[in-house]
Amino acid sequence: MTEPAAQNLSAEGGHGAVPTTGVPAGSGRPVRDWPLWEVFVRSRRGLNHTHVGSLHAPDAPMALRNARDLYTRRQEGVSVWVIPADSITASSPDEKDSFFDPAADKVYRHPTFYQVPEGVDHL
Amino acid sequence: MYGNDLGSLETAADEALQARFDEIVDADGRIEPRDWMPEAYRKGLIRQIAQHAHSEIIGMQPEGNWISRAPSLRRKAILMAKVQDEAGHGLYLYAAAETLGIERAEMLDLLHSGRQKYSSIFNYPTLTWADMGAIGWLVDGAAIVNQVPLCRCSYGPYARAMVRICKEESFHQRQGFEILHTLSHGTPEQKAMAQDAVDRWWWPSLMMFGPPDAESPNSEQSMRWGIKRHSNDELRQRFVDMTVPQAEVLGLTLPDPELRWNAERESHDFGAVDFTELFEVIKGNGPCNAQRIGHRRRAHDEGAWVREAADVYAAKRRTHEPAGAVA
Repeated sequence: MTEPAAQNLSAEGGHGAVPTTGVPAGSGRPVRDWPLWEVFVRSRRGLNHTHVGSLHAPDAPMALRNARDLYTRRQEGVSVWVIPADSITASSPDEKDSFFDPAADKVYRHPTFYQVPEGVDHL
Repeated sequence: MYGNDLGSLETAADEALQARFDEIVDADGRIEPRDWMPEAYRKGLIRQIAQHAHSEIIGMQPEGNWISRAPSLRRKAILMAKVQDEAGHGLYLYAAAETLGIERAEMLDLLHSGRQKYSSIFNYPTLTWADMGAIGWLVDGAAIVNQVPLCRCSYGPYARAMVRICKEESFHQRQGFEILHTLSHGTPEQKAMAQDAVDRWWWPSLMMFGPPDAESPNSEQSMRWGIKRHSNDELRQRFVDMTVPQAEVLGLTLPDPELRWNAERESHDFGAVDFTELFEVIKGNGPCNAQRIGHRRRAHDEGAWVREAADVYAAKRRTHEPAGAVA
């Protein structure tokens, strides 16, 4: 098989082989669209809302309805939050002086740090 | 929205970032949206995830074709739920691709202008009701074999979308199998219809796994990055071995005279796939290329007024009402 297209195919795309070489990967420029919302679902009472993904919608009520249709088609949730994606402030994942460093040297915050004499229960 | 912090970086810092990325990937960890990643990794994933999403969206058409002609209310309800799932899969995947710094609207433009593609399997027509069975059983079956390893893909948002999708695909495959089982145990005409559909969908389904390993130069990089986990030929073989016993239960044959059990390999041998057909279909010469993309563009253009009206309504509400309360 010397068909040149063979050099440019990838089958990783789940639903079957698609070309990869010469395919544009986006300009990175913003395009006019509905705002992006992050979706959080409480799967059942007693549990936290958990981030499940995102979607586009023109406003909050539509975002909520779209989230129901998109993320709870099989009763995955009893409550849904939608939050404008640009309202989220996030920590930076890989900063050299990690944001989370202060927690690393405080082993005494864990109960296993302490020695308990034998015979002491319920401690 | 999360972008990548891909500013101008000093070479030494760049190398440290690359080392950190390699360390995570080599340890089978997950790369998350705001992590540093090589440009080639990011762009490769955008191409893969965007075109996967396009495949789900275009994939609604061949089956949508039969919703109004499903043979019973039960079948109709099932088919509608399945087509709705495909829309959902497309949206999960667009959302995953957006975390890499491309917007959905741009991906749709690239689909509509033909610069990004979708799986060629959806450029075949659905001629009879039995095609709904063959698509569910074979096409979704092949997709599952391709997609299950993607649940462990190194890019977190893609892997999580795939977990969700794979859960839903198993219903798709079973409903297809059930359609064929019912037809193949019906009248001789119904059985012939089922056989005809399987005859037409078998080879295109095998093509879904892509060219043979020796001709897949992209695979190696993709495997090193923890995106691809098994080779094309390995997955194709897995699909054949899985499907042959199911065909026996259906009482249908697979259209390959060279298909037989090889006791030594403990696998089935099968005939060579004609990839010239795959390349022709990808080039745009498949039976339905023009129809599929034409329909997608029309649907998008005809929906423009809805998107605009929703925008205007949202703007009006913003000026008149306070934000909603948290439930």
